[in-house]
Amino acid sequence: MATSTAERAVAPHPLAPAPYRVVRTRRQTDDVTTLSLEPLEGPPLRFGPGQFNMLTAFGVGEVAISMSSAPDADGPVEHTVRDVGMVTHALCGTPVGSVVGVRGPFGNDWGTDAMAGCDAVVVAGGIGLAPLRGAVERLVTGLGSADGPARLFVLVGARSPDQIVFGDDLERWRRAGAEVAVTVDVAEAGWKGRVGVVTTLLTGAGFDPARTAGVMCGPEVMMRFTIRGLVDRGVDPARIKVSLERNMQCGVGLCGHCQLGPYLLCRDGPIFPYGAGLERLLLERER
Amino acid sequence: MTGDATLAHTHDIAELVAGHRLLRGLPGDAVALVAGCARNVAVDAGALLLEEGAPADTLYLLRRGSVSLEVHAPDRGRIVVETVGPGDPVGWSWMFPPYRWHFDARALEPVGAVAVDAACLRRKADADPVFGYALLQRVSAVILERLQATRIRLLDLYGKEHGTVHGDEHG
Repeated sequence: MATSTAERAVAPHPLAPAPYRVVRTRRQTDDVTTLSLEPLEGPPLRFGPGQFNMLTAFGVGEVAISMSSAPDADGPVEHTVRDVGMVTHALCGTPVGSVVGVRGPFGNDWGTDAMAGCDAVVVAGGIGLAPLRGAVERLVTGLGSADGPARLFVLVGARSPDQIVFGDDLERWRRAGAEVAVTVDVAEAGWKGRVGVVTTLLTGAGFDPARTAGVMCGPEVMMRFTIRGLVDRGVDPARIKVSLERNMQCGVGLCGHCQLGPYLLCRDGPIFPYGAGLERLLLERER
Repeated sequence: MTGDATLAHTHDIAELVAGHRLLRGLPGDAVALVAGCARNVAVDAGALLLEEGAPADTLYLLRRGSVSLEVHAPDRGRIVVETVGPGDPVGWSWMFPPYRWHFDARALEPVGAVAVDAACLRRKADADPVFGYALLQRVSAVILERLQATRIRLLDLYGKEHGTVHGDEHG
């Protein structure tokens, strides 16, 4: 079927980055920055929590980054980026007013609607809180309502206190009724909170395993141990979702760089239920 | 007890022992053996439960409050190695000679715990190998849990090696 010029104008080619202006930057840690982006033209980006965009630092390269803002919020879309390579270094250093490229949104979302009536357990490790932030915002908003979770547990692990991202949000979610617990691997002087791996937070969280739905994002080793902790406590593996990542390049399932077993993570993920053979795939070695 | 911890009383120590995560599922006679060595204690915030180098004479079963496991370094002061909370046991050096604590354990807030006399517990475990084995299994499970958690932390998982979509970039 022929596509009109007008239709093409509102549905850009998925491989062509659209220009977005950096309207605000916020330093989260010494190497993590949140960029707030607005399209130069057209409506704001619509997306689901957990989806990702391909961000382009023009002249440097492109990288897959999840949206870290709430999908239902007004204002610019946010991406939280860690400065670990050439592209992310360029993105983190992009000054307000500059333009970056955006392709997306790609991938699936957390499906928070399915957590209605559940004890929702959100486990984040390090910057893994960024792709979960939008989901937590939705869950907090619906907390206790017919459409939301019965209870919400947000369990966060970080390397050290100065590496905790979205600290203001954690406090706000706590005030809104979520049970929020934070632990760090290495304490610094003056830290009054918990010290230990994030899985230890499961012990003190009073969720009911029989009605728990869990979502998690962070280093895969952390997620494997967290999944075991949840399953050992009686949580149904099919009600646990994880966000996986591999080397995303095209974002639309063409290039195959992000293949994991039968899945292309950019197309079929990045979020998967733990059932359906994921246990074996998480133990798969890259060759 | 060490420091300014204070002793409290309870009429139902066996129930507290049976309900603690470490000993849940123990048969009633085994619970009675532990309870016979136990007392209910309250510890003020900031007080030490264990002190490095001191005799390891007590197993604490935390009921409320959190405790930090610490080591002191001359140039860094108190370094918190790990924190534990309700449902966790504190201390296992009481099981192994020379029965000396390797770390400090400090109440971060008011703590309620069941304090089990270690010498009493060892005597009963030696006299009743079935009980001793059941006890060893439970304590070993905690040691394994802590060892695995420590190994995970050694991996420095939140370092810069992983990720793309979660905000990082493959090198």
